[in-house]
Amino acid sequence: MPEPALTKERQDAPAAGAASTEAAPKPEKARSLWQDAWRSLRSNPLFMISAVLIVLLLTMVAFPGLFADGSPRDGDQAAHYLTEPNLGHLFANDWLGYDAHGRSVYVRVIYGARNSVLAGLAVTVLVAFFGTLVGMLAGYFGGWLDSLLSRITDIFFGIPFLLGAMVILTAVTERSIWMVITALAVLGWTQVARVARGSVLTVKQSDYVQAAKALGAGTWRILMRHVLPNAIAPVIVVATVALGGYIGAEATLSYLGLGLADPAISWGVDIDTGKDQLRNAPHVLLFPALMVSITVLAFIMLGDAVRSALDPKSR
Amino acid sequence: MGRYVARRLLQMIPVFIGSTALIFCAMYALPGDPVRTMMGEKSYDPAQIANIKADLGLDLPLWHQYWNYLTGLFQGDFGTQIASGRPVSEVIADALPVTIQLTLYSFAIIVVVGIALGVLGGLRADTWVDRVLLVFTMLLISIPVFVLGFVLQYFFAFELQWVTPTVQSSDSWGQLTLPAVVLAGLSLAYVVRLTRTSVAENLRSDFVRTAVAKGLPRRRVVGIHLMRNSLIPVVTFLGTELGALLAGAVVTEGIFNVHGIGNVIYQSLMRLEGATVVGVVSLIVILYLATSLIVDLLYAVLDPRIRYA
Repeated sequence: MPEPALTKERQDAPAAGAASTEAAPKPEKARSLWQDAWRSLRSNPLFMISAVLIVLLLTMVAFPGLFADGSPRDGDQAAHYLTEPNLGHLFANDWLGYDAHGRSVYVRVIYGARNSVLAGLAVTVLVAFFGTLVGMLAGYFGGWLDSLLSRITDIFFGIPFLLGAMVILTAVTERSIWMVITALAVLGWTQVARVARGSVLTVKQSDYVQAAKALGAGTWRILMRHVLPNAIAPVIVVATVALGGYIGAEATLSYLGLGLADPAISWGVDIDTGKDQLRNAPHVLLFPALMVSITVLAFIMLGDAVRSALDPKSR
Repeated sequence: MGRYVARRLLQMIPVFIGSTALIFCAMYALPGDPVRTMMGEKSYDPAQIANIKADLGLDLPLWHQYWNYLTGLFQGDFGTQIASGRPVSEVIADALPVTIQLTLYSFAIIVVVGIALGVLGGLRADTWVDRVLLVFTMLLISIPVFVLGFVLQYFFAFELQWVTPTVQSSDSWGQLTLPAVVLAGLSLAYVVRLTRTSVAENLRSDFVRTAVAKGLPRRRVVGIHLMRNSLIPVVTFLGTELGALLAGAVVTEGIFNVHGIGNVIYQSLMRLEGATVVGVVSLIVILYLATSLIVDLLYAVLDPRIRYA
């Protein structure tokens, strides 16, 4: 929680001030927003929990073989048809039971991390890049460009996110993870663009930007050196909070049969296949569902921690 | 006020045309062919297919098709559903009441439970009640709607057998409760968090201190002074969320087999039926634009400082 950290800093501040007037030892270096944010992140238990979970997930994505041996695609249907989980056998192949094709649920859950995390990260990067670009151009240059870009943003914003992605994905015949990523990014950038535009509008008025202009700095230099670094914080907050949502959206699309399909391994696909046996073999659905939820939770907690670290009002 | 509304309505036109054109292009630029999908495995005569296409205007260039669609829309004609030959407006009219019932039910849950829990958390900020609420909302945000749907269906329908797993008759409010709760989940969590932050922030404000200092009863301080000021961000969120709820119904209605708009969209997507999908999405876009206007007008009610000239 940010609150304990907040009260601590408040108590520290007068003490530090008193010390410097009395003895004037080493003057405390001025800290930038980013150093401040990093300090507040490190003291936030929420951030620590989410960081551990995310590092674990990323390792799972890079080296699934470390967590489970056995193939996620081969199953012995005759021997293992919908076998119940054997929760005593920690991390063994039969730990979480088997699905209707006799494939180990545990192995599939581990290998399924790759597509979900990839989708979440890639959509976030795309959305942050294009959203910031559009928002910055609209906010900085204003005038007709602003009107045009803002109306385009409004148009995309008017389309419901999941529904729009569903429509785009029915239109493509070959559904790879990259198509899912493109569909989500095409509809997701508007939120970032709106936030970036607002943020750039405030920064544009500030003295340092006016000073840089007066000194004859070029537009590109002003945008990259002065406007962007000072306007990016709200964008980062929005993007990290949205990351968890994109992972959920990928799973939802795969579950609806509009994202990835069976030869591909994804939690959404497994939930889709598991839903038909929900009554007699709930474990086939519950464990991938649990993994989606934990992953989304990890990124939402990260987003929350980043928000409280970067939002000056919360200090 | 009248001029403001008129200006906003005018601004909506390009946004509406743009959004529907986008969905229209995505739907009709499909490599798939709805007429052939309808034929299925049957052997077919290419001439017959060309005939059906000409009847439906599917052989025209894309911009012309969109123009025809848009002019039809302004005359209340949503086009024809290819598989059944029924007008899309009739299909929508059949399915819409159930979805509206479900959405309003969810919306009521979100407003009542969400604001109540949010105010509770905000008034007791940094106590255990507040922390429990924070953890609860975080979990609710993390669980995707379809996961929540299946988990609740499993426990309440299969394990406890309190309810039927799917909705048998959409006239029954009782059977709609579980789908409505599932649909409400995510927005509910956001409303709790927003209300909580807003109330906790305003609790420290000058106007609340003044109200307490002049000896107003606590009920009045919280109920009138605090609530009116704290609800502005919540109202904004609720307004934009109504459209999202309708879209979210696609997943919820699928799980609980509710025969509403969500099911219609899903079936039409699977059959590559442009007219139906574009029709329903147009409707949702109109609804979204209308609610965002209403929300802006509500600001003036909640905050007398805001005046629309």
